[in-house]
Amino acid sequence: MNQQMNSPEHIEYVTRIGDNALILGQRMSEWCGHAPVLEEDMALANMSLDLIGQARMLLAHAGKLEGKGRDEDQLAFLRTELNYRNLTLCELPNQDFARTMVRNFLFASFQVLLWERLLTSSDSELAAIAAKSLKEARYHAQHAGDWVIRLGDGTVESHARAQAALDYLWPYTAEFFVTTPADDAVAAAAIGPAWSELEAAWEALVLPVLVEATLTVPARTPFKSFGKFGRHSEHLGHLLSEMQYLQRTYPGAQW
Amino acid sequence: MLTQSQAWKVLEAVPDPEIPVISVTELGIVREVELRNGGLHVVVTPTYSGCPATEVIAQSIRDALVDAGAGAVTVETRLAPAWTTDWITDTAKEKLRAYGIAPPGGDAPVGPQPVRFVPRKLACPRCGSTDTVRLSQFGSTACKALYRCQSCLEPFEYFKPI
Repeated sequence: MNQQMNSPEHIEYVTRIGDNALILGQRMSEWCGHAPVLEEDMALANMSLDLIGQARMLLAHAGKLEGKGRDEDQLAFLRTELNYRNLTLCELPNQDFARTMVRNFLFASFQVLLWERLLTSSDSELAAIAAKSLKEARYHAQHAGDWVIRLGDGTVESHARAQAALDYLWPYTAEFFVTTPADDAVAAAAIGPAWSELEAAWEALVLPVLVEATLTVPARTPFKSFGKFGRHSEHLGHLLSEMQYLQRTYPGAQW
Repeated sequence: MLTQSQAWKVLEAVPDPEIPVISVTELGIVREVELRNGGLHVVVTPTYSGCPATEVIAQSIRDALVDAGAGAVTVETRLAPAWTTDWITDTAKEKLRAYGIAPPGGDAPVGPQPVRFVPRKLACPRCGSTDTVRLSQFGSTACKALYRCQSCLEPFEYFKPI
């Protein structure tokens, strides 16, 4: 471990990755009891568990790096909206099954690449979390990729829904690759890749599947979302109010 | 006081809470057992990040060793190296099959994957037929997929390689 290890940039970087997993895990868990078929209900709940497990390891690590005695529960339940650093894509409502699957595919493909790069992180704890999470992310990407093709290259209705989902979600994927000054410090310390380094590899992963799904990839527009900077959509506050309900009602409750 | 080998023997009898036919040692999640400060220190590694059984397993290990007279027992969770289904012993794989769960094969999705609904033809753990279809990538737990045998028509779970 070098001196850069506990820099604010390092903490921010780990927190972002942890928040992505936590918020999407919470969002996806809303399907529990509501998915179109029982098998997918279980699949979505299991993937949520994977993500929340990853978030737990990452936020526990971020708390240790920060050194102020905050554990993963405090970071998850006692931070407000503006202190969350997840990508906006992760907090958007599920809407229908097509949007859920397209989002999972776009995000899980990004995660696979990120975890692969983090295997060699100079932060050994982050590298260990990456090795574990990569195995899970590969199954998530495979599951969602299958569904994107099945829905896109399916019936008129499923194609229309998958296309609408892609049209809605695609602009939010630009945020994956927005580079911040924090990234330079993190990349320089070999903690992890600058986000922009992942863009070409991500497109190489997702575009062939979208083509096979007969979906039209929207053109990039100047639109940018800024969840990773703490500027969120209206949806995160609602999500947190439910997720943090217990701690807000009974502060300090433990079980 | 227990010796190291006595402690391993005790752990061989601690069942996995979700698949009780195999033990935590056969599952390959107990990585180290060492004598420490007059008690025992056990290192375990989680199977999946979100596996809800992890805490139950740590408690069962502690209870079993304390009951066997180990004195103070500490359980440490260690992430690296990440658990792999390759650590499940061959005997345990056979026990899984007899229990109705197809044991993990060597087809973890490493590297570029053909993205299609054409999973590998698995042998049904009940009748042995390879005329099987995958119903879902995820079964009752994240570590298993759900299949159906077209020959005997029974559904079964597949312990996915990871």
